[in-house]
This record gives sequence, C-alpha cells and structure tokens, in this order.
Amino acid sequence: MAVALILLLVAIGSVLFHLYSPWWWTPIATDWSYIDHTINITFWITGFVFTAVIAFMAYCVFRFHHKEGRRADYNPENKRLEWWLSVGTGIGVAAMLAPGLVVWHQFVTVPADATEVEVMGQQWQWSFRLPGKDNRLGTSDVRNISPENPMGLNRDDPHGQDDVVIENGDLHLPIGKPVKVLLRSVDVLHDFYVPEFRAKMDMVPGMVTYFWIRPIRTGTFDVLCAELCGAAHYQMRTKVIVEEESDYHAWLGQQKTFAELSGRNAVVRATYQSGGK
Amino acid sequence: MVDVPYDGIAGTVVPPAEVPDVELYHPKSWLTRYVFSQDAKIIAIQYSLTASAIGLVALVLSWLMRLQLGFPGTFSFIDANQYLQFITMHGMIMVIYLLTALFLGGFGNYLIPLMVGARDMVFPYVNMLSYWVYLLAVLVLASTFFVPGGPTGAGWTLYPPQAILSGTPGQDWGIVLMLASLILFIIGFTMGGLNYVVTVLQARTRGMTLMRLPLTVWGIFTATVMALLAFPALFVGSVMLLLDRLLGTSFFMPALVEMGQLSKYGGGSPLLFQHLFWFFGHPEVYIVALPAFGIVSDLISTHARKNIFGYRMMVWAIVAIGALSFVVWAHHMYVSGMYPYFGYFFATTTLIIAIPTAIKVYNWVLTLWRGDIHLTVPMLFALGFIITFVNGGLTGLFLGNVVVDVPLSDTMFVVAHFHMVMGVAPIMVVLGAIYHWYPKVTGRMLNAGLGKFHFWVTFLGAYLIFFPMHYLGLLGVPRRYFELGDAAFIPPSAHSLNAFITVVALTVGFAQMTFLFNLVWSLFEGEPSGGNPWRATSLEWQTPETPPGHGNWGKELPIVYRWAYDYSVPGAAQDFIPQNQPPATTGAVQGAAS
Repeated sequence: MAVALILLLVAIGSVLFHLYSPWWWTPIATDWSYIDHTINITFWITGFVFTAVIAFMAYCVFRFHHKEGRRADYNPENKRLEWWLSVGTGIGVAAMLAPGLVVWHQFVTVPADATEVEVMGQQWQWSFRLPGKDNRLGTSDVRNISPENPMGLNRDDPHGQDDVVIENGDLHLPIGKPVKVLLRSVDVLHDFYVPEFRAKMDMVPGMVTYFWIRPIRTGTFDVLCAELCGAAHYQMRTKVIVEEESDYHAWLGQQKTFAELSGRNAVVRATYQSGGK
Repeated sequence: MVDVPYDGIAGTVVPPAEVPDVELYHPKSWLTRYVFSQDAKIIAIQYSLTASAIGLVALVLSWLMRLQLGFPGTFSFIDANQYLQFITMHGMIMVIYLLTALFLGGFGNYLIPLMVGARDMVFPYVNMLSYWVYLLAVLVLASTFFVPGGPTGAGWTLYPPQAILSGTPGQDWGIVLMLASLILFIIGFTMGGLNYVVTVLQARTRGMTLMRLPLTVWGIFTATVMALLAFPALFVGSVMLLLDRLLGTSFFMPALVEMGQLSKYGGGSPLLFQHLFWFFGHPEVYIVALPAFGIVSDLISTHARKNIFGYRMMVWAIVAIGALSFVVWAHHMYVSGMYPYFGYFFATTTLIIAIPTAIKVYNWVLTLWRGDIHLTVPMLFALGFIITFVNGGLTGLFLGNVVVDVPLSDTMFVVAHFHMVMGVAPIMVVLGAIYHWYPKVTGRMLNAGLGKFHFWVTFLGAYLIFFPMHYLGLLGVPRRYFELGDAAFIPPSAHSLNAFITVVALTVGFAQMTFLFNLVWSLFEGEPSGGNPWRATSLEWQTPETPPGHGNWGKELPIVYRWAYDYSVPGAAQDFIPQNQPPATTGAVQGAAS
C-alpha cells in the first residue's frame, strides 16, 4: 500500500537523518553541557512519540483503507484509553520539563566568584569593558556617550577609571573562571551570540541584562548578533578568544584603561585647541 | 428554543421549525449580490480571494529570500535592506493577512451559518463592512511596496527601538503604513469576529446544541473568541508604536543613540512592546491552529467514514488550549532580558499545553483505527497535516522548555519549527479543506488526479524544506541573516543544504500553479458534484441547492436530531446519517444525493 509506505518512510527517514546527517551542534566551549544533555533527553522522548504516532497512522492506512464491503467501527469514545494516554503524555512532559527547570536554575544563578565583563552593542559593532584592579566596573549612561567616551562611562566614578575599554575589538577570556557577562546596548536590541557558549541573551537599551559561563576550552570563536538590529545585522561580528590565564593577563596588560583613554583624548583635544604645540 | 436531548441515534422527533423566508432580505442588484454583498458566503469568497492574492505576494517574497539564502552573492537585485523587507512582509502577510483572514473570514464566514443551520451571520451589514475594512488594510499594506524607502524591514515582530529608527529599512513610510494597516485589520476583524461569535451562540437552528456542533465550528468559534481577546493587545502596541514614531512619544523608547547622536527619546521600555506583541502573538498561533484542528477533525471523520474519536474530549481540548494559550506568551521572550524567574512559570505552562494538544493528535489517529479510510485528496492532506503538525508540535517542546530554548532561539531551528507547525500544517488543512468544500461552493469537483500530484509535491517538498532546516539551527546558523559570511562553525555542507532547500522551495512554489489551474479549470470543466459528494453528515451538505442560495435553506430551517458524526452506525442502511434526519426514517437517507 503505497501511501502507508511513504508515510512510514517519512518517519524512518527523519530518524535516519537525525542519526547520520553531518549537521549537529558545534563542540561546546563552556560547561553548559547540561543544556546539551537536556536537548538530548528531549530528542529521545519526542523522537519516540513522533515515530510511534506516524507508524500507528501508517499501519491504520495500510490495514483499514477502503475496500469493497468494509465498514468502519462505531466507537464514540473510550474514557479509559483517553485518560491513560493523557497520563502517559503528562509523564513524558514532566520528564522533559524537570531537567529543563533544574538547568534553568543553574543558568540564572550566577556563582559568587564570577568576574564581571561588559559587552556593549551598537549598530553594528561590539565594545567590551573589563574591570581594572579594583575588580569593579564603573557606572555608565547612554547620555555620556561622545566620540571620546564611546561606552558612555561616568567620568566622576572612581571605579570606572581603571576599567579596560575595548572599542570595536576582540574579547579575551581566561579559561576555567566563571564570568558574568553584563550586556548593554546603546541603540537597538542586539544579542551577544557565540554558538560554542550555548548561552545567549538579548541586549536591550535602557537595561543591563546578563548571562554567565565558565569557558572550558581555549580557542577563537565567532561572535554574532542574534537579534535583528537593522540593515547590517549580519555583519555585526567580532571574535572572542578563550586562553590560558597567563596569556589572558599578558593581553589585559596591553589594553588601555578608561583613564588612559580619556587622558589621551584630553591631550589630543588640548593639542588641537592650542594649535598643535 | 425546543430542548432536544443529546442521545445520538434515537432522538426525539421535533416538529418542523417555521421560520419564513423574507423577500425584502434578498439583494436586488448585481452590485449588492456580488460586490457589496451581505451574504456570508459571498463575503467568504471575497475574503478568500483577497487573502490568497496577497498570499501569492508572500509566496514570491519567500522565493526571493530563498534565492538569496541558497545562492548568496548571485543575485545582484537583492540587497541586505530588501532581504529584511522580504522577510518582514512575508511573515506579516502569511500570519495575519493570509492565514487569519482565510480561516476566520474565509472558512468562518462560509461554514458557520451553514453548519449551525442559520440563514446568514446575525449582522450581515457589519459582516460586509468587515470585509471592506480588511481589503483596505491589505491595500495599505501592499502600498508600502511603492512608497519611498519601501516596506518596513523590522522583522514581522516589529520590535522597537529598531522598527522606528533610521538603521532599519522602511523607517520613513513603511513602518507607519504597516502599523496603520494592522490597526485597520484589527478593526475589520473585530466586526467579523463579533458576528461569528454571536452567530454560533444565538443563531443555531433547533436541535443544534453546542455539543452537537461539528468540530470545525468549535475550532473557528474558539479561535474567534481568542482573537477578540488577543488582537486588542496588538492594537494598543501598534497605536503606541505609531505615536512613538510620529509624535515622538516614548512608550517603548529608552534614552538611546541614533546614528551616533543622542535621540530625543527617553524613559520607555522596549520589553513592554514585546509583552504586548506576544500577548497577541502567541494566541495568534492558536487562532490559526484551532480552526485547522477543527476542520481536520471533520475531514478525517468524513473520509474515514467513522465518528471522530472522543468528541467531548476534543471539544474540551480546544477550549483548554484556547485558555492556556493566554498564559504562555513570554516563552517567546526567554532570551529577551526579561526577569529571568519568569522562565519557570512560562516553561511550565507551555509544556502543559502539550497535553491537550497531544490528546487531539491521539484522537485523530484513533479515528483512523478500524475506519474505512478513503484516500481522497482531502484525506491525504489530513494525513500530511498530522505528520507535519506532530513534527512541528514536538519541536515546540524544545523551544518551550526554557533552557533548551537558550541555544536554539533566534536560529534557523525556530524558523523551521514555526513554519512546520503554523505554516505547513495549517496550509495542509487549508488545501484539504478547499478540495473538500469546493464542490459545495461551486457544484463541481476538483480534479482528483491533479489534486494527488499537488498533495505529494507539496507535502513531501515542504517536509524536505523544513525538516533539515532544524539541523541548521542546531548547528547554530542564526535567522534573519542576509549572508552567513565566514564563520568557523558553519561548514561548507551547510551552504549546500541551503542551496538544496532553495531548489525544493522553488519546486514546491511552482507546483502550486497546478492547484490554481485546477481551481479555475474545475470551475467550468469539473465533474458535477451533486449536493453531498462525500456523503457527509453535517448540515452544509444538506442544503436544498448547491451552491446554496441566499438564505441557505429555502423555506424552512433544518432541524437537527443528532451530532455531526453518525458515520457507519450499526444497523443503519447507509454509512452516514445526516444531522437533520429524523430518527424515525433512519433507514432512508433523505436529501443526501440531491
């Protein structure tokens, strides 16, 4: 029976595609493998249900398609069967939801020892800010933004003076240390998206959002914007480099702090105003 | 109202209803009969044709965006701005102007009065007005293709601040007209929607209790109630966004930088818009899905010659899904930056909705069990619906389960999921329903051979487009990207898959032309169908004329003695008993082959 066979082949083909196609998630670079496990559990349960429902349907089409003289059963309902199916479905749903909520709890609970890193999105580039020696980021406001102060830091905040500011560059992170990534936007929605990190979150102007990660693998990873942000959304790219702690500190030492940058800008401005002397 | 007990076969005999036909009520001229018509059936056809016309525009847009995705850099006439305009207009047209309008304005108008045994909608004039406002909304929307700057490219979700700032195409006219068009659509829909609800509640013929309604009516009725509750959120959001854009208010706009300059905005919340949008947007999924659920139940039952399994559970599942769908909206916002603890609540409600939905799926396949399955074109589309809906519904369990959504959101997985579940699956039902009811609308059958060709190409093609697409998303490929460019995590094989999807999409798109040909050709050359070609039980097949005349029922309204699913009743001479057949004459089916 051709129709039944094709329906069955759709189900079998889908399962084979899942098992053998070359397209699968990229190797993870943070310890959010819990998320991958939850996806796997979901694949198993939904895959079973999908195959079972389609196979049953294909069998019905094969076994009960119209022939001369066939007459259907008259069978309005079967309360027992309906309840059993509902309860079974409920159990399947709980088996997916429970691990999902447990992992979500981890996702929203940032470890106390996490270092803060700030990512700022603007059309269509990324800027980063890392805390200096005081381990605190200074305050910022979109109203402070100027060509000399692209991230809008508060000039009067002492905590902000030693902040390392990286405008339109790459972000480096040390391996093994939990990082709370603070997310900020100065114009429209963006989303700091590194597929290997699994975690992502939108960046909303007027708010500071966050997620946290613990990198477990060194390497250079693509950063993309995952929330439509206008014409050049697809070009809003940068890199994040996860490296050993010593390399990280070497890199960090070469970066400019906010005070240095404003000092340089002040010198530039003063030079310009005094006619180049 | 005469109380008729709900007892299946052996109902009480009720004396005929005497509802005289009133001459004044009929249209007097060609213009009032076919153009400014107050007949729900004509309005249904007007809605359907308008929705299909703008739907074809959206289909062409999908080809253009697929060309770009499959073969980036090849087509110089598509730039990044246009790509965003294509995806935005494609999405908005498909969800609102095609599917919502077709299911409620099209199928709702045609089927509700006929299926409940009414002469027409209760407010025919308002019903007519509903169509004309809808047409105006469509025209305003279509006009954005011709205004300076073109249509908006903000994505169909129209998220501020981006939607109204200068970094987004269509910021001048496109977004303003889009919002105006949405406001008009909602006004038009509200007029129609009130009609559908009041007609179902107040104009059912004698004997047609709520629990004797065909599931098609239950689906459309519940979807309409939901739409009347959900669309106001979009209305409010659209008005406020329009004010932000035109008058410089700041409902959704915080202090921000626009093109390097501090803007005049301040104090608003972008997330507020998202909550309003999805408070509408999630019920909208079910506003499209519930009519499809209802219709497909009737297709399966009729063509499997078997009563729908678990009718009462099916009704309660529709109502439960309708109610639950109002408390799940923020599952679209897990990575929006909203209060993270909302995640627990919305993940739980979202996964609970899987239970009534699964019950519906079980009952569809259990209806097939020990049926007498006629593999007609409507039945094939119903089977195609079940597969695509089960597939799309199950991937919803990934995206609904908050932490699983985090890596998958904003990737092609989401695109594949929602196309499968609210694109392909409902369109399977729309097509099956057209093959099913076309004989009632025109008096002629659609060509079955062409129909089967159309089904297999559409079903297998759509599955080949959207099933592999999930895996691009799993890989991490983001959505709404004009070009993927160089990214280490995207292998060359992913680009080949994109090209494959494009080729299949174009094939499936062109195969729809056979359907359009069939629709037109069968109008003149199709086999005459008679009044009840599928030997179905529900009232629309029992009209004295086919196509039904104005007023539907001639002199007297039908009286209903039974539910809509008396197929293959043991002891009955035929394998179906129409709803209006009195119990005493169970052996001889009357009016069936008229």
